[in-house]
Amino acid sequence: MGKRTVEVELSTTGMGLDGKPQRVPLFVGGDPAGLAVAAPPAMEPELEGEHMLINIGPQHPATHGVLRLVLEMDGETIVRCIPHVGYLHCGFEKIGEYRQYNQIIPWTDREDYLNSIGNNVAFALGAERLFGIDITPRCTVLRVIAAELSRIASHLVWMGTTCIDIGAFTPFLWGFQERENVYNLLEGWVGARLTTSATRVGGMAADIPDNWLEGLQGFIRTFPKTIDECERMLTKNAIWVGRTVGLGVMAPDEAINHGLSGPLLRASGVAYDVRKDFPYLDYETYDFDVPVGTAGDVYDRFLVRVEEMRQSVRILDQAVKRLPDGPINIDDPRVILPPKHKATNEMESMIHHFKNVMEGPRPPIGECYVAVESPKGEKGYYMVSDGTSKPSRWRIRPPSFVNLSAIPKMVEGHLLSDVIAINASIDIVMGEIDR
Amino acid sequence: MSAVSQPFAIVYPGWDSDATPATPRNVPVSGGEQSPAAAAVQAQFPGAVVRTVVSRGETSLIVNATEIHAMIAWLKDDPTQSYEYLSDITAVEHRDLALAIEVVWHLRSLRFRRFIRLKVLIPKGETLSVPSVWDLYKAADWLERECYDMFGITFTGHPDLRRILLWENYKEGFPLRKDFPLRGRFSRSEQLKNALAANPEARYSMEELSIADAFEELPLDMRRRIASGPKTGE
Repeated sequence: MGKRTVEVELSTTGMGLDGKPQRVPLFVGGDPAGLAVAAPPAMEPELEGEHMLINIGPQHPATHGVLRLVLEMDGETIVRCIPHVGYLHCGFEKIGEYRQYNQIIPWTDREDYLNSIGNNVAFALGAERLFGIDITPRCTVLRVIAAELSRIASHLVWMGTTCIDIGAFTPFLWGFQERENVYNLLEGWVGARLTTSATRVGGMAADIPDNWLEGLQGFIRTFPKTIDECERMLTKNAIWVGRTVGLGVMAPDEAINHGLSGPLLRASGVAYDVRKDFPYLDYETYDFDVPVGTAGDVYDRFLVRVEEMRQSVRILDQAVKRLPDGPINIDDPRVILPPKHKATNEMESMIHHFKNVMEGPRPPIGECYVAVESPKGEKGYYMVSDGTSKPSRWRIRPPSFVNLSAIPKMVEGHLLSDVIAINASIDIVMGEIDR
Repeated sequence: MSAVSQPFAIVYPGWDSDATPATPRNVPVSGGEQSPAAAAVQAQFPGAVVRTVVSRGETSLIVNATEIHAMIAWLKDDPTQSYEYLSDITAVEHRDLALAIEVVWHLRSLRFRRFIRLKVLIPKGETLSVPSVWDLYKAADWLERECYDMFGITFTGHPDLRRILLWENYKEGFPLRKDFPLRGRFSRSEQLKNALAANPEARYSMEELSIADAFEELPLDMRRRIASGPKTGE
């Protein structure tokens, strides 16, 4: 395998000759080829051709949901992998055809449930493009804050669960503690932690409360320390490096051809980030970097995600500084509900309220595809309007779904235990895959 | 296992584009500038483009089904177009049942940071079949399977076109078609009855059983049930 050099700090290889635990530097800056991927065990001649079928899931803690993998094994080596999905299918796209645009927003919470507020933002952006609406400056910045907070929360869950899959427990606890802070912030803003439903077509459900920004600034101050701690635990840890380097390698052209997106694609050396290349929410005016890997393996995906969290903190910092005053909703009674006191006192507002609630806003006929950079990759919403208040087609382009479709290619030739690490590195959310 | 001897060269999208990407503002609901690909495709494939629509700043080319594969292959490989990234494949059926079913391809050019939508219209009553682009983009593998699963559109040339989100012997049809009721074809009690009556062996696909080489060893009645079970709702 590879000639990648990953610097590894102290580690133990086990017991010494004297029966005491051995504590020696395994290697420092050396060639980890022998350590990273053990050569497949030599096949005994009489066992050749005897392939074995192993079923993982759908109820298995390491498949991150109800994913079923059928593995054809030659000894300990994967010859073929057949993934089966759909155990969580509940027809979101069908239901969306029977709901008004604002009524679809709660469904977007439940598809990629680790990134619910990011999905709300993405859906609202798509619907606004369909309606031909431009949102207010304050709403734009608030949505950036929402999307980046949710990216951090999602990456923390990824890091924690992957650590557990590979055998480390502590970063999981540290990560979930910080994720708790993110959810406390979201709870203070929209009242819900997981199923936020925070956006509306043309604005947000609620403005941030007083002093909320101070809480966010506190998070921005303290969170990088947690990333540093987790990195200290993992980045140069011999076990972590040994279990991740050289696994599931995707070359850049392969990754593009397989339609990978998000950290997976960037770990393969393609710097495609929707925020940079097809910007939305004024992302081109923020100063942030797109981390790119050069090896395309599980270890690089880890490094890319960790660096993305740091960049998200940078974006959050800039967003807090530039957050303008002003309204969060656009001034258009055709899509935005009037304030309650007006709806009960003024005839015009009451009519608008009634029409908005009972009939729903109607976009012009047409279609649009709006993609955002979700923590998993390029998440697109494709909406087709026939002029009524409900879309005649609402399509989710699920990044996890397309990323997972490359898993047979990624695990081929690896060992059974590496399937767990590779599967974890894709960062799948079955709610989004099965929809 | 492919040996990686050196790090990959990093690919930066937009390597042949001078334009600085910016957030689109005041996007017109319809009309606007066409993507440069539209004219190029019309020049390369005269007569293949039925209509070009610009809506919300996005160019849609409505093309003939016979030439869609050659067109996507050309868009992917031509250095002036270079649409090397397949974002999505899906289909649309309109509420007006007289309108044709649309199969939609969303392509991206990372090289020029461009986006284009291709569409094939299949009039009602005709066979729902379009060529597969699996040989061009491996991303099409599951996207086409999902489209088949939800709409019943056959992608000719796909090596493994079977249901993906629903199970293989799902009998009720194709859920995203407009003639499919929201609650499904059967009542809750009928669905429960069907589920309890289903034979669990049918959950294993022929492919899994054949790679296990276990199929020959199964009892005869079980083999017959699996082999003759209806695979789709057609």
